Amino acid sequence: MKVVVNFDVCMGNAQCMLAAPEVFEVREDGFLYVLQEAPPEALRAKVENAARLCPTQAITIEK
Amino acid sequence: MRSVVIVGASLAGFSAAQALRRRGFDGKLALVGDEPHLPYQRPPLSKQFLAGAWDRARIDLRIADGLQLEWLRDARAGALDLSRREVALADNRRLQFDGLVIATGARARKPRWHEEMDGVFTLRTIDDALALKAHVAAHTRKVAIVGAGFIGSETAATLRKLGCAVTLIDVDRLPMLRVLGETLGGVCLRLHQAHGVRTRFGVAVKALLGAAAVEGVELEDGTLIEADCVVVGVGVTPNVEWLADSGLRIDDGVACDASCAALGAENVAAAGDVASWLHPRYGRIRIEHWDNAIAQGDAAAQTLLAAPGKAPAYAPVPFFWSDQYDCKLQLIGLPRPGDALRVVEGSLDAPRFVAVFERDARTTAAFLFNSMHRVAAWRQSIESDAAGLVQGAVA
Repeated sequence: MKVVVNFDVCMGNAQCMLAAPEVFEVREDGFLYVLQEAPPEALRAKVENAARLCPTQAITIEK
Repeated sequence: MRSVVIVGASLAGFSAAQALRRRGFDGKLALVGDEPHLPYQRPPLSKQFLAGAWDRARIDLRIADGLQLEWLRDARAGALDLSRREVALADNRRLQFDGLVIATGARARKPRWHEEMDGVFTLRTIDDALALKAHVAAHTRKVAIVGAGFIGSETAATLRKLGCAVTLIDVDRLPMLRVLGETLGGVCLRLHQAHGVRTRFGVAVKALLGAAAVEGVELEDGTLIEADCVVVGVGVTPNVEWLADSGLRIDDGVACDASCAALGAENVAAAGDVASWLHPRYGRIRIEHWDNAIAQGDAAAQTLLAAPGKAPAYAPVPFFWSDQYDCKLQLIGLPRPGDALRVVEGSLDAPRFVAVFERDARTTAAFLFNSMHRVAAWRQSIESDAAGLVQGAVA
């Protein structure tokens, strides 16, 4: 699984961080950091939930 | 369950469709929506889309492949017959179902002084946004915005940035007063004023001025506000009229139990802006926010697929965000009137701060101003306090 974020549309709402804190972190600068670009399969459900909840649909999961 | 009909093809309806498939439903699935458009995100309509920064393609709702649904667009539900388990569309087509999800959303409320005339807008659909955008681009100089809730406040910020002269009007004394209370409403007021928005609060609108085209707004105290564009954002009305003869209980939306199952019906659930359900923590509530439409669509799907009596309660901690000027406002939880407000990070006049609402030594909500990095931590704290509240109620 590969996590791709379109940073042009990310608004830093931190919904992804709530759903999958192991993978997404919004820091003090207001920007999103992807902690693991290729997270383990065990996190798939969480990452998919993060992609669903993103209000700007900035997160895509490849494979 | 062999067939499910979902009425309402916006975020909650689509979320229900996706959740049904994700949860293994492989029967017939029909999705009915009254708009001719592909589904889109509503939050940008008062922000990036209105500003022209994001185009139509960017706000399309992303839809998972393989949903295998019969999608009826431009189709309006006219009536529900529970004994025949049938939805009648306005064009007389009939759809049979075993399970039904009601996700017909809400529409912009039009107060009694509202008149349809050139230059008067509500902002709920993409057509509304396109019309407002075109009007502003063509000839708007002076905008009056009635209602300083989410839509009104965000629209004021966006149009101000586009160079319009903006007057923001509300019958309440402060913007966002009903959701955020006095102190934070004051923060919002200063934000508008700092950006050159004129504000008229604590006074009701009496009438719109103009004949064919709007020329302004008359307030109850006699003031005339000149405007060539008026945006009315005074809340929404749930779309339940089509259910009038269905036998379903209507109570500020479709009345549901704790699992989002409609009261007085079998295998009927509701989700999104139209659903008024019995939240285990907060009582009967209706939530009009983005993440609720997604999560409640999922909850409705889960309830339809559950064995009788086994559907779990839907008990989310409410969350919303609002972008105004370059500021991000986020609220986690649900403050009630009378909760005490305490600033816990930064200060009210700082570029970022966090304030919490408290009652009986528990945190009921956290308000984050430009503090997105603190969302996860505060959500956890609110969730554990909310869980404690439920236990307390049970004990």
